[in-house]
Amino acid sequence: MAAVPRTLLEKIWDEHEVIAESADAPAVLYIDLHLIHEVTSPQAFAVLGERGLAVRRPELTLATLDHSTPTRTEQIFGGAPIAIESAAQQIRALERNCALFGVELLGLKSAERGIVHVIGPELGATQPGKTIVCGDSHTSTHGALGALAFGIGTTEVGHVLATQSLLQRKPKSLAVNIDHRLQSGVTAKDLILWIISRIGVSGGTGHVIEYRGAGVSALDMDERMTVCNMSIEAGARAGMIAPDETTYAYLAGRSRVPQGPQWEEALARWRTLPSDAGARFDREVEIDAADVEPMITYGTNPGMVMPIGGSIPQMSHDAAFDAALAYMGFEAGARLKDQEVNVVFLGSCTNGRLSDLRAAASILRGRKIAAGVQMLVVPGSQAVKRAAEAEGLHSVFTAAGAEWRESGCSMCLGMNGDLVAKGQYSLSTSNRNFEGRQGVGARTLLASPLTAAASAVRGRVTDPREILN
Amino acid sequence: MEPIRTLRSRTVVLSAANIDTDQIIPARFLRTTTRDGLGEHLFADWRYDANGAPREDFILNSAAARDCRILVAGRNFGCGSSREHAPWALLDYGFRAVISMQIADIFKSNALKNGLLPVIVDAATSGWLIEHPGAEVRIDLPTATLMLPTGAVISFPLETFARKLLVNGIDELGFLIGHDAEIGAFERRRTTA
Repeated sequence: MAAVPRTLLEKIWDEHEVIAESADAPAVLYIDLHLIHEVTSPQAFAVLGERGLAVRRPELTLATLDHSTPTRTEQIFGGAPIAIESAAQQIRALERNCALFGVELLGLKSAERGIVHVIGPELGATQPGKTIVCGDSHTSTHGALGALAFGIGTTEVGHVLATQSLLQRKPKSLAVNIDHRLQSGVTAKDLILWIISRIGVSGGTGHVIEYRGAGVSALDMDERMTVCNMSIEAGARAGMIAPDETTYAYLAGRSRVPQGPQWEEALARWRTLPSDAGARFDREVEIDAADVEPMITYGTNPGMVMPIGGSIPQMSHDAAFDAALAYMGFEAGARLKDQEVNVVFLGSCTNGRLSDLRAAASILRGRKIAAGVQMLVVPGSQAVKRAAEAEGLHSVFTAAGAEWRESGCSMCLGMNGDLVAKGQYSLSTSNRNFEGRQGVGARTLLASPLTAAASAVRGRVTDPREILN
Repeated sequence: MEPIRTLRSRTVVLSAANIDTDQIIPARFLRTTTRDGLGEHLFADWRYDANGAPREDFILNSAAARDCRILVAGRNFGCGSSREHAPWALLDYGFRAVISMQIADIFKSNALKNGLLPVIVDAATSGWLIEHPGAEVRIDLPTATLMLPTGAVISFPLETFARKLLVNGIDELGFLIGHDAEIGAFERRRTTA
C-alpha cells in the first residue's frame, strides 16, 4: 500500500517529534540547530543560571554578534571603544555566557561572524531537513535550503538551550505556487513584496509557506533566501523551498556540511524531502512571476506596497491607513517615482549577500550617488565582505560615494546606532518599514538592491530598468 | 509566572490594525540584559514627544486608561519581530490580556509564556469592544470565555494545555525537563539510526 503523500513540512515535522502532539498537549519537537545572538539571549542564559541548568547540546548551538554590534571598522578591529555602552554590555554578556556554557561564539573579530541568517547557510550549518530556531523572526530565511526554520522568543531560547526541544503545535501549510520567471530588472525582493501584496501582512498567520513551482526552481540560493526571509512579513512563521540540485551545489564543500561518504548519505536523505506528488496543503495561492514588477512600499508595513510606477491607492474610512500616509508624508493617489531620497541602505538578512552587492554595484559602477544622499553598504557577513573586496565591489561603492562597513544588522533596525534621522526618506533593502524602525520619525521605503542603487544615483525613487536598459 | 484564573478590568482601545512589535517596544530599548523596567518604554514613540513628555492625545496617557489591565487592539496585533520584550513591556506596564481579532503567531506564543492572555475574538465582538472603550469586561480562564457588560458571553480559543499552565502559573520549561528521558531516547535513536 502506498504511503500517504506528505509535504516537505510534514516530513521534517514527523522526523523531529520526540513526543507526538495530542489533544492534551503540543508536540515535543527536537531542534537540530539553535542560532543565538546578543539581543534575545541574555535573559535565557540567566534562567539557566538561576535554575542550575546546563546547555544540553552546545555542539548544536552557534552564537554570533550582529544586532547591536557596531559596523564601524575602528570599533571592531581598531581598538576604538564600542560607541553605545548598552550595546557593549550585551556583547560582553554573550561572550561571557558562551564561555560559561561552552557554546561556540563567532565573536567580534571572527572571520566567520555576520548576520545570523547570512552565516548559517554560508557555513553550511543550515541544511535541508533540519529544524532550526533562533530568537529572531527572520529565521524563516533558512527555509530556503529546505529546513524548517522559525523565530522564537527568549523564553523558548531558554527551552532549547536546556532541552534542545520546544513545545509546538503543528502549523498549517500554505503552498505559494509560482509559475514562470522574473523579468529582467525584477528581483527576488520584488517577488516577495508582490506575494505579500497578494496575501497580506497577516495572510500567512498560523501557516508555514512552501514556495513551489518553476518560478522558484529558477531562483538561485541567495534569491530563495530573500523570498523565505520575508515570509514572516506575511505573518508566516516559516517559509520553505524544497531542496534541489541548486541547493546541493550551493552546499557542496561548505565548512560545516558532511564530507566524503557522509556527504553522499546526506544527499540521499535530502533527496527524499521534497513534497510528494499529491501531498495536500491547507491552502494554495497562485503567483505568476512574469507579472512582477519592481516594487516599492509607501506605508508603514510591508503590505503597503505597489509597483514602482504605480500610485498610492485611495482607502476610504481607514484611520490606520491615513495615519500611515501622514507618517510617511504621502497622499493617497500620489506617485512615488521621483520622490526624494535622503538615505540609501544596502544590507540586512534580506539583501546583504554577495549577489545583492553585485546587483547594486552593476548600477553604481562608474557612477556617483546624488549630492546630499547618504548611502550605507553593510555586507551581511565578514565572508561576504571579503568576497566583495576580492571582486573590487568595495571600490565601486566608495568611488560612488557610499560608506563601506563591517557586517551586521545595522540600519535595518538601528540598534547599533546606524540610524535614519527624523523625517528623512530611507530607500532600504531591509525587510520592515514600520514606524520608527530605522530611527524615530524615519520614513522607510523598502525595495530591491537594484532599485536602491538606481535611486541613490538619481537621489530620487527610480525604476532600475531606466538605468539598466 | 503569576497564576491567573479570572481577570476583570476596563479596557483601553488601540483600534489600529497591524500594531507591530517595533511600536510596542522600539528596538533602542532592547539593549538590555534583563527583562525588567520595560513598561516605561511601552509604545514609547506614541506615548512621548521628542522631549520625552507624555503626549496628551495618546490614550495611555489619559486618566481613563489608568489601572486598565486589558488592551483591545485592531487585527494582527504584535506582528513583526520575535522580541519577547513586547509582552514583557505590556506586563510590566500592567496589562494582563490583549483582545484582538487576530494576534501574530510569535507574539501569541511569547505572551502565553509570560502570563499575558491573548484573547482572539470574532469581528462582531472586536467591533463592539473597539466602539466601547473603557467597557468593564471579565475574562474567565478555566472556561476560556469573555463576558461583556451587555451580558454576552463569548468563547475564545485557548487550548487546554495553555489554560492549565496559566491557571496554575506553571511554565513550560518544567514540563519539557520532565520529558528528559524521552528526549534522551530520541537522541540515542537518531545517532544509531
